[in-house]
Amino acid sequence: MKRRRILATVAMLAVGSGLVACSSDEGGSGASNCTNTITKQNVPVVTMWGWYPNTQLVVDNFNKLHDDVQVCWTNVGQGGDEYDKFQTAISAGTGAPDVIMVEADRIPTFQIQGALVDIKQYGYDAVKANYGEGAWKDVSVGDAVYGVPVDGGPMGMIYRKDIFDKYKISPPKTWAEYEQAAQKVKDAGGPLFGDLGANVPAVLMALQIQKGAAPFTFDPAQPKSIGVKLNDQASKDVLDYWGGLARKGLVGTQDQFTPEYISGVINGKYATYISAAWAPGYLTGAGVGKGQDTGKFAVAPLPQWDPANPVQVNWGGSAFSVTKQAKKPELAAKVAYGLYADKESLTDGWTNQIIFPLNLTALKDPAFVDLKVAFFDGQQANKEVYLPAAEAYKGVAYAPFGQYYLDAMTKQVSEIIKGSVTGSQAADKLQEDVAKYAKEQGFTVQ
Amino acid sequence: MTLLTEKRARRPENETRKIRGKVHLREHLMGWLFVGPFAVVFLAFLIAPLAYALYLSLFQKKLIGGTSFVLFDNYVKAFTDPSFLSGAWFVIRFSLVSIPLQIVLALVMALILDSVTTLFARFSRLMIFLPYAIPTVIGAVMWGFLYSKGFGPLTDIFGLFGATAPDFLGSNLIFYGLLNVVTWQWAGYYMIILYAALQGVDPTLYEAARMDGAGRWQIATRIKIPLIAPALILILVFSLIGTLQFFNEPQILRYLAAGTIGSDFTPNMYAYQQAFSLANFNYGSAISFALGGIVFICVYAFLFFTRKRRSFL
Repeated sequence: MKRRRILATVAMLAVGSGLVACSSDEGGSGASNCTNTITKQNVPVVTMWGWYPNTQLVVDNFNKLHDDVQVCWTNVGQGGDEYDKFQTAISAGTGAPDVIMVEADRIPTFQIQGALVDIKQYGYDAVKANYGEGAWKDVSVGDAVYGVPVDGGPMGMIYRKDIFDKYKISPPKTWAEYEQAAQKVKDAGGPLFGDLGANVPAVLMALQIQKGAAPFTFDPAQPKSIGVKLNDQASKDVLDYWGGLARKGLVGTQDQFTPEYISGVINGKYATYISAAWAPGYLTGAGVGKGQDTGKFAVAPLPQWDPANPVQVNWGGSAFSVTKQAKKPELAAKVAYGLYADKESLTDGWTNQIIFPLNLTALKDPAFVDLKVAFFDGQQANKEVYLPAAEAYKGVAYAPFGQYYLDAMTKQVSEIIKGSVTGSQAADKLQEDVAKYAKEQGFTVQ
Repeated sequence: MTLLTEKRARRPENETRKIRGKVHLREHLMGWLFVGPFAVVFLAFLIAPLAYALYLSLFQKKLIGGTSFVLFDNYVKAFTDPSFLSGAWFVIRFSLVSIPLQIVLALVMALILDSVTTLFARFSRLMIFLPYAIPTVIGAVMWGFLYSKGFGPLTDIFGLFGATAPDFLGSNLIFYGLLNVVTWQWAGYYMIILYAALQGVDPTLYEAARMDGAGRWQIATRIKIPLIAPALILILVFSLIGTLQFFNEPQILRYLAAGTIGSDFTPNMYAYQQAFSLANFNYGSAISFALGGIVFICVYAFLFFTRKRRSFL
């Protein structure tokens, strides 16, 4: 609480105006404060924001390989931090970089504000064959392409072998088996089986899509109308299922990506972690799977609702987009297409488990396919789980107001966790909330 | 100032008038020169952003259809928005509990420290004040870890007695969890203000009171407290304004409190989310101004009811 000055009230109001924050000139074409060092002089420079842990290497590789353009990279924060800054730059009309790393699900949000450039005319055909169909769909709005896929998040079920062995269970193949196994472990006095985190609404969205939900339908030819369907039976079923697991005490209700959650994962408090292909890298970085926990983890395909018709889903994954503020969009597009697309960068990415690449040259590389993942005690996780999941992934149409939708979902999941609503009621409330917002934003909601 | 100059200029002595006028003009200019730097900063960094925020709050920007002038629609929306209203209601409730608690604690500590003058008292004074010197962010993170179920000490301590630790980050107890953090941080600060006010009281009054047979308790309640009433009112106003703008502690603890603290937990957090996360600067500004309105009303009401006691503002 700021009580130091009586005028703090007014100062706070001033902050609300956003005037203070948006005058930064990091982006633009003045490439004076790059994180990387540009060695080639008198070459046009393209500015870029990104947060891959190995961006430095990726940028250096790109700059080495190109003589007609150089990249000036700044890390302005990860995920939401970067989006907030980009959003502010969009509102201000200045301050954005030429190329920006965005998660695929955010692309429509920025696209609808006219902040991104359709890069189809700038060399799409040359690289089209390098990525799968689902990967392109995730970065497209209608026929227009607003990003170059880099990494994806095919989902799987990470589990602890020691816990599964101790309670004599095998990896569940369906969600029904998942619940039975959870019950069995609980009855035997074992740990929680999984976690329902209110701050990871994207996981629940993916799981709803797995059961057949199609949250948003959006035809760019009719940009004023949008289909919002968040309370269909599939969406309700999934929320009811997870709400039920939480109510029965089978799964925890901890926010993920927090010290509390990670300490739980390290201490064997959770038997499974429903997550994406980038999770091993993240968990390793957070200190999981080391010391006495070495080799305790394994991964199995995501449980299914109908094992006869398996559906694979995706969580996370990013792309490089060209912003409208880029002065030379063609040059910027060249950077977007070329960054993280050379073999050396990709290999560094997947060997260090930083990314699950979407570039087919990497996906078809036998070294990648047969990789024995150290985190999973030498299990060939790519071949067994993630590659089939990535190949079967069909892509999703994301909402042009993704941030609001995910915030609203978080709110409802918190209510489910509190026990104040059932999953079905939460889905109905979510529908009402998001549809109302869509109308406020000028859409016709179907 | 102009009025003053004119009045004086109308004096009958014709001769001195011109000279005096010149002197006054020079003084006048000097005055503005001294005020100048402050005035520029004040206008540029306070009044201008405020005016701009007010201007923004009168518009509405839609994803489809662009920006349009809506006059007070955003305010109408704010005062019918359950997120804003529940946030406002939370900070009002929080103020009603936390402010009296902090003030009473601060007052008791100040009175004790004022009447004891040992080395230990000086040491205690410093220790009680110390939490205020710790940055809010660090204080909040520290308490978040202390409350943590996974690796906080509470679990172990309660475990010794075979009990389950209370979850101060859970939705039932988060109010008290935050209350504790805020009291810990601010009570010492208020104590210092009150203590300083007590130091300013003329000790002969105590002597006189003792001659008249007053005990320590009577001196404290009949002499000390009434004499430091202006300071009490000052810190009440400070704490009222601060608490209604509750932001830092919940914003930091939301990363540790599983889903308990939403993005609309307090009005300030809601304004922040609207402006910087949803790019809805217009509505964010409107919420800020609406909150400013609530703060103004609360403070005005408070000052109105205590108008006999105050000697400032």
